Amino acid sequence: MTELLAVRDLIVNYHSERGIVRALDGVSLAIGKGEVVGLVGESGCGKSTLARAILGVLPVPASEVRAGAIAFGGDNLLTLASAEIARRIRGRRITFIPQDPYGSLNPLFTIGQQMLDLMHWKSPRAAAAGRSAWPAVLSRYPSARRAQDRAAILDMLGAVQIPNPEQALAKLPHELSGGQRQRIVIAMALLPQPELIIADEPTTALDVTIQAQILRLLHREVKRRQVSMLFTTHDLGTAWEICDRVVVMYAGQDVEAAPTPAFFAAPRHPYTSKLLESLPRTDGVAQDIPGEIPSLIAPPQGCRFHPRCYFATTECTITRPPVSGGAHVVRCYHPLGASTGVAA
Amino acid sequence: MRSETALVLRKLAEDRLALVGLLIVLALLACAVFAPWLATFPEAVTEFNPAHRLRPPDSVYLLGTDRLGADIYSRLLFGARITIAIALVAVGVAVAVGVPLGLIAGIHDGVASNLIMRLADIFLAVPQIVLAIAIAQTLGPSLPNVILALSATFWPWFTRLVYAETRSVRNETFIEATVALGASPARVVCLHVLPNIVSPIIVRITLGLGFTILTAAALGFLGLGAPPPTPEWGRTIAESREYLPDAWWYAAAPGLAIFLVVVGFNMLGDGLRDVLDPRTRRAGRPRD
Amino acid sequence: MSAALLEVQGLSHRFRLKDGRAVRAVDGVDLAVGAGEILGIVGESGCGKSTLGKTLIGVLGADDGTVRFEGAPIQNLDGTALRAVRSRLQYVYQDAGAALDPRWTIGRSLDEALVIHTALPRAERDARVRETLAAVGLHGDQLSLYPHEISGGQQRRVGLARVLALHPKLLILDEPTSGLDVSVQATILKLLVALWKQYGLTLLFISHDLAVVRSICTRVAVMYLGRIVETGPTAGIFTNPRHPYTKSLLAAVPLPGGRRVIDEAWLEGEPPDPLDIPSGCRFRNRCPMAQPLCATDDPTLRPLAPGHNAACHFA
Ligand SMILES: Nc1ncnc2c1ncn2[C@@H]1O[C@H](COP(=O)(O)OP(=O)(O)OP(=O)(O)O)[C@@H](O)[C@H]1O
Ligand SMILES: Nc1ncnc2c1ncn2[C@@H]1O[C@H](COP(=O)(O)OP(=O)(O)OP(=O)(O)O)[C@@H](O)[C@H]1O
Ligand code: SF4
Ligand SMILES: [Mg+2]
Ligand SMILES: [Mg+2]
Repeated sequence: MTELLAVRDLIVNYHSERGIVRALDGVSLAIGKGEVVGLVGESGCGKSTLARAILGVLPVPASEVRAGAIAFGGDNLLTLASAEIARRIRGRRITFIPQDPYGSLNPLFTIGQQMLDLMHWKSPRAAAAGRSAWPAVLSRYPSARRAQDRAAILDMLGAVQIPNPEQALAKLPHELSGGQRQRIVIAMALLPQPELIIADEPTTALDVTIQAQILRLLHREVKRRQVSMLFTTHDLGTAWEICDRVVVMYAGQDVEAAPTPAFFAAPRHPYTSKLLESLPRTDGVAQDIPGEIPSLIAPPQGCRFHPRCYFATTECTITRPPVSGGAHVVRCYHPLGASTGVAA
Repeated sequence: MRSETALVLRKLAEDRLALVGLLIVLALLACAVFAPWLATFPEAVTEFNPAHRLRPPDSVYLLGTDRLGADIYSRLLFGARITIAIALVAVGVAVAVGVPLGLIAGIHDGVASNLIMRLADIFLAVPQIVLAIAIAQTLGPSLPNVILALSATFWPWFTRLVYAETRSVRNETFIEATVALGASPARVVCLHVLPNIVSPIIVRITLGLGFTILTAAALGFLGLGAPPPTPEWGRTIAESREYLPDAWWYAAAPGLAIFLVVVGFNMLGDGLRDVLDPRTRRAGRPRD
Repeated sequence: MSAALLEVQGLSHRFRLKDGRAVRAVDGVDLAVGAGEILGIVGESGCGKSTLGKTLIGVLGADDGTVRFEGAPIQNLDGTALRAVRSRLQYVYQDAGAALDPRWTIGRSLDEALVIHTALPRAERDARVRETLAAVGLHGDQLSLYPHEISGGQQRRVGLARVLALHPKLLILDEPTSGLDVSVQATILKLLVALWKQYGLTLLFISHDLAVVRSICTRVAVMYLGRIVETGPTAGIFTNPRHPYTKSLLAAVPLPGGRRVIDEAWLEGEPPDPLDIPSGCRFRNRCPMAQPLCATDDPTLRPLAPGHNAACHFA
């Protein structure tokens, strides 16, 4: 599979009142063409930070990229001028689905106005039209293109199963249910015909039955269009449903990356295996992970999981373990299932 | 509330204007308390020296003398006592009446609540100074009557404020949770609702003290305050009118005093409002 | 099942809106909770789980129906009688952080429960607070902290400790693990089971998470639009669900490592507006099995197997 996006050794810090938050500590991750990659981890492990870094929307000046590279179609997104990213990449080639669609839809404009506005700037036809001599805000929306875009919008609303698309266009966001709003936001992410969609916990706020509907829809649409997707979630069940590959993060470090079936069948990192054991079971109460997630202001040296790890040895506390394994990547000195590991 | 008090003080210290306001207010208090020692002519309140009337400021009479030859500086200091007394008692009475009424109206939904709020609305519909003049006029000029007039016009402000704050705090989960735990209504109101609305009340009291001082001065100016020999600031300005513009110091000194004190309370109040604002203070709740 | 500790019949609570309409949030609930059970109440967001819990303890009034606790009716009690019941019947709020007074220390909030319900002297209250604090796994030095100074998981422990100090018989837990990470969730669930045994509690466990309910509850009641549509032993509900809603709900739960939900049939549409509940069976316009009868007749819970009831004409 050809690589579409590759994040390499990314280090991101936040500057907070209480000190420097080491939110990403050398994170690497790759997404192939048409691949759905799940970024899984517990609250605060840095999923949204990574998503924001790829989109180029890390808060300034609160955050700082210390090192690393994000390669996307021949460009390094970290060195590209931000105006360039805004014009060519964000919203066109990489689009975004947020957790809370209410925050990303303007409560004062109808769905139709917002979708047309998006198409005005970000539709593939807008890209084909090139740059006008006018400052962008003043440029006219050619009526022929507008009509085409409107037809494309109605098509897309049909694809995301909005009943009565024409009527939906005239509605305000609050007149739609949470599930319907999420469908609209998915439509808006698909309309520019992007190569990559970043979805940050898009189903966390939804009920299971609605979540199942949305996951199914999202999966069908990205697969049909061969769009790649980075799907962040703290819910292993959701990752299991929709992802081709899973990348697990713990406290700002990536610890394991594997194809979904292999990952769930035999996790190799001590943390991920503990995480799977803490899922609710059908026979009695699950096992918890002793200890607490460390503060990212003074994180443990080496492997950040070592204070809670059953297998930890001195080397774990000094330097971060290197990558090992082929398709099933794990960053651990004593991975499970390895002959050198301590017997589990 | 150790951490909270410390935080409030620290933030207040960072706010220049509030600090200046606090200093002015403290200076006023100092003047009032130490008037007999600070005054150069402590007897000026009751004893006059017609031979020295209308002297401009000099090294003996720091701020000049008035039409009866009394030292304006000394009278100003003793006037601070009256000013503070009027403001504190008037606002105190307004709080004592307005806050419980607001709490009652905020907690209950029903006839009592409606009655209280409509009564407050009626009082609020008449401009405060007009109402105060009317009351003071009817009851006759005297210190207690001024105070009565001021509190009678000021309580609805507290009722409105406490009513609105109570309504919003009442819907908070922790109030419902305390009720669910089995707490009596009195416990809920006194120990949970009231402490959570003190901040806006403190701000309103601070601003109200400044405002009351201004209104009291206006009443004094109109001759509705304490009777003549009292060194009340508003009255002093009224007396000075006949001798202006030659005896400029006669009006300038008390005028400046009123101005400074009112500005001081306002700056302190605005500063407190920022510092005590729950939106900035409670932002520290962690995400889970 | 042992003798019912709590018996609910035809319980309703309506929220009246300003425009005169009424949300039938709890609409004729029948329920029995036996002593020593952990009864799970599951259902989707907005189906009335929290409203049911609050109506049971009397924070919300009952518009209809009866609630019997230890044999005596307790619906719509007030004043002292209600407070007396509350020392034995307690509710733990969904949002644990918001349920604590932000201006009170943890210690003071914990003490308050005992001040209200007991006449114990200060020293004994302190001892009881420390004992329950240890039971929920917190340290004594956390007593002087404010709610915003502790983590979400710790806030939940404080919420539990506050009511446990009263040694209640029945605890209603509203979404005790929602919003927590799985590893923290596992810790809280373990703790709940330990406390259940240690204090001989009966638990009403409200949750929208079927996997959690399955792992901890002895019996389950499934709620849809203000009504219990199926109840039964946990194993029966999960292996042999009878109501079509329960079936679709179970089919929508992801099972990591198992079948994929998105490849299978799943429930179409969204729950109707509780302001406008359909005639007959309230599930009928999403139900794959609906017949004309369902539009006219409102099904009631009927026994299908020992202890297993469902409200469906064709279950
Ligand atoms: N603006 C900021 N300033 C300081 N610290 C921040 C900021 N934003 C995030 N952080 C910290 O960075 C870490 C990673 O945050 P991030 O939002 O990426 O986590 P996440 O994995 O998306 O968590 P969640 O599941 O809760 O959304 C957290 O410890 C968070 O507290
Ligand atoms: N104070 C209120 N006024 C009007 N309607 C309300 C009020 N509180 C709740 N409702 C409505 O009553 C219904 C049931 O709400 P309830 O909070 O009991 O649901 P729930 O099952 O606990 O949901 P969740 O899983 O989201 O907590 C919902 O439709 C809700 O909108
Ligand atoms: S064995 Fe070492 S490297 Fe592996 S998870 Fe444990 S602490 Fe980390
Ligand atoms: Mg996030
Ligand atoms: Mg609820």
